[in-house]
Amino acid sequence: MPNNRAWIFGDNIDTDVLAPGRYMKGGIEELARHCLESIDQRFANEVAPGDYLVGGRNFGMGSSREQAAQALKHLGVAAVIARSFAGIFYRNALNLGLVALVCRDVGRIRANDALEVNAAAGRIVDKTTGETLRCEPLPAHLLAMVQAGGLVPHLEQRFIRSMENR
Amino acid sequence: MLAHPQTLAEKLVARAAGRSFVRAGEIVTARVDLAMMHDSGGPRRVAPILERLGIGVWDPARVIVVTDHFTPAGDSESARILDLTRRWVAANDIGHFYDMRGISHVVVPEHGHLTPGLFVVGGDSHSPTGGAFGCFMFGVGATEMAGVLATGEIWLRVPETIVVAFEGRLGAGVVAKDMMLALCARLGMDGGDYQAIEYRGAAIEAFGMEERMTLCNMAAELGAQVGLIAPDAATTDYLRRAGTDAGDVATWRSDSDATIRTTHAFDAAALAPQVAAPHSPANAAPVTAYGPTAIDQCYIGACTGAKLADLHMAAAILRGRKVAKQVRLMVAPASLEALNRATADGTLAALTEAGAILLPSGCNACGGYGIGVLAEGEVCIASTARNFKGRMGAASAEVYLASPYTVAAAAVAGRIVDPRDLLTAPIA
Repeated sequence: MPNNRAWIFGDNIDTDVLAPGRYMKGGIEELARHCLESIDQRFANEVAPGDYLVGGRNFGMGSSREQAAQALKHLGVAAVIARSFAGIFYRNALNLGLVALVCRDVGRIRANDALEVNAAAGRIVDKTTGETLRCEPLPAHLLAMVQAGGLVPHLEQRFIRSMENR
Repeated sequence: MLAHPQTLAEKLVARAAGRSFVRAGEIVTARVDLAMMHDSGGPRRVAPILERLGIGVWDPARVIVVTDHFTPAGDSESARILDLTRRWVAANDIGHFYDMRGISHVVVPEHGHLTPGLFVVGGDSHSPTGGAFGCFMFGVGATEMAGVLATGEIWLRVPETIVVAFEGRLGAGVVAKDMMLALCARLGMDGGDYQAIEYRGAAIEAFGMEERMTLCNMAAELGAQVGLIAPDAATTDYLRRAGTDAGDVATWRSDSDATIRTTHAFDAAALAPQVAAPHSPANAAPVTAYGPTAIDQCYIGACTGAKLADLHMAAAILRGRKVAKQVRLMVAPASLEALNRATADGTLAALTEAGAILLPSGCNACGGYGIGVLAEGEVCIASTARNFKGRMGAASAEVYLASPYTVAAAAVAGRIVDPRDLLTAPIA
């Protein structure tokens, strides 16, 4: 299997399959082991750090539980690429430092294709097919937050700055 | 002619952003009037973040904590989470704490916290419930909530408004849950596009607050950021009973010439009871379209399915009847207040004498966190809001969604049936 490969999922992937309620009381390690298991038994065991998750419309619908995004990050998913995202999931992903990219052409990506993603440029190169797909670039301030690791490191910087200015 | 006609959503965001007007599409920073969270997404998730930031809660009087997900503790891990929640509330001098009093989305309005015009964030996706009171209230994740607790602020893109209008009157046995399931089927689970849905029309105006709460709550199922209903006399009356003055409700409505993205208009009288098949609320169809689907468990619970009005619906079917032998019916009143009032007016007795098993007030089986969950292959019909695969227990369990009328009717018949037939039939 190539590195940075694509895992393909369909429309309306919900937070209950990403982070099942029956494992919510435990830690993220246990929860991540069950991520997506009710629709794909292989994913949590076989996904490799740097892989990409490719969804259809309305990815992450349902609950506000941010463990849905955190579990993917914990498994090493480099970015979620989808036709569209549910609003709360989208904010949660970025807040937790997980890149979430909107791409109208996700249907052109096939399972196990090797991808190269440039979130700032809004570009996805499918190295298996040789095709370049456009995605909506992340605005600079959000990309900076994601690259810093999410909202908490971003706030850390803000409060440290305000302490220093006192 | 107003200089700047605005939607209700725009007016609410403008106020919170300290502006005289805003336009859909703008990104603004809003001051938060209230922040609500529960035991799952609340202290156990936000406390470590605030500790890492070395900062306290910006305004503890503006924070409401409710325990409802892991209550009552069924194992040591749940007990630990609840203990942590209680300790954090005490240590941070949190203004309002409702410990095991029911589901947050019901308990918070019952105590008069949601008055028209407020900007509220909730650490739960069903937070749009507050829109029934003319509040701009939406769900956020725990990290976002920690940011709110640290700063008292949140950024958002001002949503466009999608109007959903139900004109006319609903038929007997047809209720808010049926409207929402029909809307999920019609508009899809992303039909709300993270915008504002504003419910209007004679059928909405005729609703009491609990039915309005069900509509706004399930704006989440349409993928909307908020669901809104302009407050009126019903709002004022409800809040007066909750001990709160609603204020000037007339301010909080869309201007007639405000910009609306789309209007979806429906004839309420034409709507039949709806049932959503596994595994999506969008798989809804009229109950008459279902064959004799056998049921193992009937569940009347959740913020959209076990308020006092919902319990009244179930009792209207179950009074004088018995739950079918092969079926178990569980009822989890959405709040302690709903339970007390259902006890006082005889509703509870009608349910339990029919054979319903009473569960504690809380989220219980709805999200699969608590008791009442399903085994592999079992079939359930529930008055909850979501039936995603594996949500209520085993991955192969099948959950149908319907109104409390339809769930109660299934409990009596042992299969999915049209509740209208039982409402009109004499009790055998």
